[in-house]
Amino acid sequence: MTDTAQERPDPENLADTGLSETGVERVSYLRAGHTLKSWLLTTDHKRIAILYMIAITFFFFVGGVAAALVRLDLLTPAGDLMSNEGYNRAFTLHGVVMVWFFLIPSIPNTFGNFLLPLMIGARDLAFPRLNLLSWYIFMVAGVFTLLVLILGGVDTGWTFYTPMSSMFAHGQVVLAATAVFVAGFSSILTGLNFIVTVHRLRCPGMTWGRLPLFVWSIYATSLILVLATPVLSVTLALIAAERLFGLGVFDPALGGDPLLYQHLFWFYSHPAVYIMVLPALGVVSELVAAAARKPIFGYSFVAGSSMAIAVLGFFVWGHHMFVSGQSMYASAVFSFLSIAVAIPSGIKVYNWTATLYKGHISLDPPFLFAMAFIGLFVVGGLTGLILAMLAVDVHVHDTYFVVAHFHYIMVGGAVSAYFGALHFWWPKMFGRNYSLVWGRISALFIFLGFNLTFFPQFLLGYLGMPRRYHVYPPEFQVLHVLSSAGATILGLAYAMPFVYLLHALRYGSPAGPNPWGATGLEWQTGSPPPKHNFETPPVVTRPAYDYHIEMERDDDG
Amino acid sequence: MAEVHEPFATPGQQREAAMMGMYIFLASEMMLFSGLFLVALYLRLTHPQEVVAASRQMHVFLGAANTALLLSSSFLVALAVEAAEGGRARPAARRLSAAVLLGFFFLALKAVEYRMEYGEKILPLPGASTDFFAPAQHAFMNLYLIATALHAVHLTIGIGLLAVLAVRMQRGTLDLPARRVVVTNAGLYWHLVDVIWIFLYPVFYLAR
Repeated sequence: MTDTAQERPDPENLADTGLSETGVERVSYLRAGHTLKSWLLTTDHKRIAILYMIAITFFFFVGGVAAALVRLDLLTPAGDLMSNEGYNRAFTLHGVVMVWFFLIPSIPNTFGNFLLPLMIGARDLAFPRLNLLSWYIFMVAGVFTLLVLILGGVDTGWTFYTPMSSMFAHGQVVLAATAVFVAGFSSILTGLNFIVTVHRLRCPGMTWGRLPLFVWSIYATSLILVLATPVLSVTLALIAAERLFGLGVFDPALGGDPLLYQHLFWFYSHPAVYIMVLPALGVVSELVAAAARKPIFGYSFVAGSSMAIAVLGFFVWGHHMFVSGQSMYASAVFSFLSIAVAIPSGIKVYNWTATLYKGHISLDPPFLFAMAFIGLFVVGGLTGLILAMLAVDVHVHDTYFVVAHFHYIMVGGAVSAYFGALHFWWPKMFGRNYSLVWGRISALFIFLGFNLTFFPQFLLGYLGMPRRYHVYPPEFQVLHVLSSAGATILGLAYAMPFVYLLHALRYGSPAGPNPWGATGLEWQTGSPPPKHNFETPPVVTRPAYDYHIEMERDDDG
Repeated sequence: MAEVHEPFATPGQQREAAMMGMYIFLASEMMLFSGLFLVALYLRLTHPQEVVAASRQMHVFLGAANTALLLSSSFLVALAVEAAEGGRARPAARRLSAAVLLGFFFLALKAVEYRMEYGEKILPLPGASTDFFAPAQHAFMNLYLIATALHAVHLTIGIGLLAVLAVRMQRGTLDLPARRVVVTNAGLYWHLVDVIWIFLYPVFYLAR
């Protein structure tokens, strides 16, 4: 098998009209069927990953357009672009689409799907047909979301708080709740599939202590997906029951309590934040080790901290309700537990830093994204600690400070890691190298654009700008304009990879099996991998990240 | 010889994976109902007298009869799984059919009960005329209707699963004992639906 591309079309052969391709590509999963049917009915985890990637890229743009509308409207203190209701609908759409149709499926369903079997030396996920089914369920949910959009949107915010959502909102609440409800089943089935795969399909020698850290983080994420998502499902079902059939259980007139809704909602939705960020943490562990060319420092602690975050994440939901009227004592406990999440998060950041120490670091695009992640994650995490403090939270609750905080984690963190993963594994997925220069430039611009967009929002929030308002006092305008300007840069920077990554599909040089010189089973098979992942079933004999450690005497490689 | 599907190497590995998948799915189902139990707990804690009074109006003996029906059906399903694991398709099919019949009895009895509650003006169906002694009773009956309806949906799915398996085993188109895990998994699902009822029954009928 060759890694060199042939000259195509072959000038001697008039029947040959194909693109240049390598021998590895000819037997890869990408060439294992060319019809649309071979893609839409595939049970190959790698193809399903690509299907997910196409779908979430579409939703990323939908959510991005809504964000652009919001930022455009906020350029001036008056609400002159959209009506009040229109503004509410724009930010709700942005939140619903970005959370459930981009962030939650982003890394798990694309890279988790693609890499999990490769990383543990399996031929596929445990239930390949279930995997395809979960993509179709996701697409049905996506169609519901588009229907919501066409029929005029929804104005409750992505949180669907009662009694607003159950009694007063005018928009398509039931339809939007249905979309999220259906998407939830896709999440549950994917999580179930991942858990069983990790338990049952590790190749010989792949012990739990040798699992790549990405697998650990996907495993932790899956536990949350399986155990938290159904609670959201039933909560949304209760809202739908109240709106459709008048069966209110949160209705205060019947002695119900809207606060109960918030408890149920955040019991899912706080762990959901960890659904978004845990896979990102796993990606960064992979990128850091590959860039430093060293074994990851404190492997078992990094793996354990993923599990710790998953478990702790179930017991911190009350920190969203410090000012909602929950018991002061409950708030104190939730405050303490929320602060405790900093410990496993800190372990990760320190261990990445220690991994980099004296590493032979290559400043390739994946590593730049990982660096951007670490920096933004630290800012997002530390402001999270500020918000976890009861007294401070009363001051900044529901302000732009909170908005900036969670965007640092979810966009600065999770989306940067998603792009990092895209740049790291793109050559593996498609077998072609992309332009490293453009990769570095886009990493830089995403980092700069992100900070320009969201750092002013910390200041705005601290000064008292509440979230979800589009009319604001004129003295806030400078910071809002800065933020909108940053959003423009960020939007363009997010669009850049689509040009050079797609360009690389056709014109990139062949990547070879291991372009980054990384360890891990996925790098030991062809790029792109063959349909059955490995020519011969792999056997693992060494720990993860078994890089050669450079000593003083060694020559530079 | 069992058919071993793509990612698996041995039938045993495939069976273990299938059962593990089912257990995880059931854990997720339990979390689904846990939200409803939390709402019930909330109502009980904030409106204890009204909840007790509302619970006294329920048809406790119909509920008890339904509990007995479901427990017997689970027993039959357990026997069917036992038979299927021994490769005895016909007895397994008969036992599953009996369990399906009991499931239908449950649904019929539940319908009768709904009808009686409708007549007593305590079933908050859309458009029904209702007469509650307190708002909290209304909330309680709302939750009762949602929870029992959701349970009935699960039971109906269970009936479908068992019925299909019973037919397949009767016709001999299910390869036993190689594919016994299918029967085991359907049985596990049935038991979970049963267990959920065992919790729903005291929550709604036995609050004192």
